[in-house]
Amino acid sequence: MIHQDMDPASARPEAGLKAFEALCTVKSNTSANDDYRLLVLEAPKHILNCQPGQFFHLLCPVTDQQQPYLRRPMSIYRFDADKGELAFLYKVAGEGTAAMATLKPGELFNVLGPLGVGYTIKPEWQNLLLVARGVGLATLAPLAQEAARLGRKLTAICSARSEAALLSTEHFRSLGAQVISVTDEDGSSSVENLQTLIEGLIGSQGVDAFYTCGSNRLLKLLQELGAKHNIPGEIALEQQMACGLGMCQCCVRPFSQNGEVVHLRVCKEGPVFDLQEAMGW
Amino acid sequence: MVDLSVKLGQLTLKNPIMPASGTFSEDLSEVLDLNKLGALVAKTITREVRTGNPTPRVCEVRGSMLNSIGIPSKGLAYFLENTLPFFRHYDSPFVASISAGTVDEFAKLCEDISVPGVAAIEVNISCPNIEEDGKAFAMRPSSTLAVMEKLRSATDLPLWAKLSPNTGETAEVAQAAEEGGADALVVANTLLSMAIDVRTRKPKLGNLMGGLSGPALKPITLRMTYQCAKAVSIPVIGCGGIANLEDILEYLIAGATAVQVGTSTFINPTIMTTLVDELAAYAEAEGLADLSSLIGSVRDGEAADQQFLEALS
Ligand SMILES: Cc1cc2nc3c(=O)[nH]c(=O)nc-3n(C[C@H](O)[C@H](O)[C@H](O)COP(=O)(O)OP(=O)(O)OC[C@H]3O[C@@H](n4cnc5c(N)ncnc54)[C@H](O)[C@@H]3O)c2cc1C
Ligand SMILES: Cc1cc2nc3c(=O)[nH]c(=O)nc-3n(C[C@H](O)[C@H](O)[C@H](O)COP(=O)(O)O)c2cc1C
Ligand code: FES
Repeated sequence: MIHQDMDPASARPEAGLKAFEALCTVKSNTSANDDYRLLVLEAPKHILNCQPGQFFHLLCPVTDQQQPYLRRPMSIYRFDADKGELAFLYKVAGEGTAAMATLKPGELFNVLGPLGVGYTIKPEWQNLLLVARGVGLATLAPLAQEAARLGRKLTAICSARSEAALLSTEHFRSLGAQVISVTDEDGSSSVENLQTLIEGLIGSQGVDAFYTCGSNRLLKLLQELGAKHNIPGEIALEQQMACGLGMCQCCVRPFSQNGEVVHLRVCKEGPVFDLQEAMGW
Repeated sequence: MVDLSVKLGQLTLKNPIMPASGTFSEDLSEVLDLNKLGALVAKTITREVRTGNPTPRVCEVRGSMLNSIGIPSKGLAYFLENTLPFFRHYDSPFVASISAGTVDEFAKLCEDISVPGVAAIEVNISCPNIEEDGKAFAMRPSSTLAVMEKLRSATDLPLWAKLSPNTGETAEVAQAAEEGGADALVVANTLLSMAIDVRTRKPKLGNLMGGLSGPALKPITLRMTYQCAKAVSIPVIGCGGIANLEDILEYLIAGATAVQVGTSTFINPTIMTTLVDELAAYAEAEGLADLSSLIGSVRDGEAADQQFLEALS
């Protein structure tokens, strides 16, 4: 079988290679709240030339209880080439993520990436609106970092089950974002309320682009608002993956391009796609 | 330096390790140097553009996987204009893989894909034959012979017949492929399987059933490789579940001249080049000048315990 500690041949950067299989060392792996965990890795510099919205394909460890086989895709939550650091924010969903949760500081972890096409921030997009729920925030965190670097105005609507389940709001604030929290608990996360909230922002400060991920409800809402107010946007989508590199064709989703339905690979053409081309599910 | 080269009929490979169709594409060049591989085998294409099966197209089973990708295909024109020119940049021989639902369509596609830059044609006869009862050509010797004869007359390029584990007549199908004019056999494709989510009671694949690949398949395709190597005189390319050097050695000893690595590339994308290095190191350590003394060296006459046999006589 394939071992975690087998030295991947491409750990050495070679000309022309874009994605790397690399061994990282676990720095910390702690719970971020009741549902989510934060895994921080010490990573070689050459794998940290990342774009916001890209992902890594993770070789979860085989333990006594868990025997994951395929790699698991995970969005980059934080990357810092200077510090040689890479982090993932994840929810324990099943076998692979349960195995990830057992990783201890000092242990080795095999990652493949960076993979896929990330978010774009066009020069004329000055006022950015992020709308995300739960772990979706993970994909949007590096985008907030990049927006801050580019000096763009950023508003983040963070949605969660409850106040306690809200994640990363501090992280977004520290990047200079205006954060609006909405929860199911107090009903503020309802579609009607979000619509009022977003149209309020469009009217008061203006919105040049929407960014979201994951939720069908948010997709539908932002597509409507985008069409009505002529605001472009992008969405990060998920699909089951095997290779993560564009080879196996298992991760396709339908998109509507110029009135035609096309099937695109989430791992290769995505995971970030044009908001209006995405199709609900 | 150990000589890892092997001969598959008229074609010489620098080493016996190549990717399995459908588990490899241009995209792997972003992760490793394709020139280190013995050959480069493309995803199966059909003449027409096809969407493939509904998602979910893959699921995991204990230590292996199922897939029901189907054959999404951008068609022959795209292949000739894009895929083929891309692989011309590499010196490892490029092998096209084709499929069709009828014998005549198969032969016509085989003819049209016989162009410079294609070193051999792998024919995926594990796909359904829609003219008969939808059963794959490679399930029966008669349909295998019929399609291989027609394919043989359609091209002068080396023809590799990709066999299926979904048959009870492995040796007979292998012989039919040889008689029909195959230059080599690829043994084998995936084994028809199923998985159900007990919580939702839904099959885990959108297509209900799909093919098993990965380590769980290996004992079956290794057995088939052994049977085929005994039954035919053309080279056999072993394929199924290879994840480490020992797996490759097993296939070579069972009679394979070369091997294809599929699913393992999804787990460790650089595994094929790692295995080339490990095979060279093994041959060196064993003092082998080349791989010929390994291929087909199975001591199958000595498997049974002597004491057991003597007690019977
Ligand atoms: C591009 C991308 C980025 C992602 N980013 C994150 C992230 O930052 N944080 C996070 O918590 N989760 C993220 N996910 C979802 C994450 O990949 C799954 O939760 C995880 O694979 C579940 O694995 P498991 O073994 O724990 O669960 P199981 O349910 O046991 O998994 C079984 C199989 O289904 C696959 N699978 C299950 N759920 C998903 C899903 N939602 N998407 C794709 N495949 C799935 C698994 O990979 C595995 O092959 C992302 C998914 C994609 C496609
Ligand atoms: C995702 C996937 C797609 C495949 N597509 C094809 C294909 O298009 N044509 C083909 O002949 N075999 C196809 N196969 C079968 C492989 O080529 C190989 O025969 C099989 O997976 C067994 O090898 P492995 O266990 O090393 O993966 C596919 C396998 C997988 C896993
Ligand atoms: S996961 Fe293989 S093509 Fe996307």
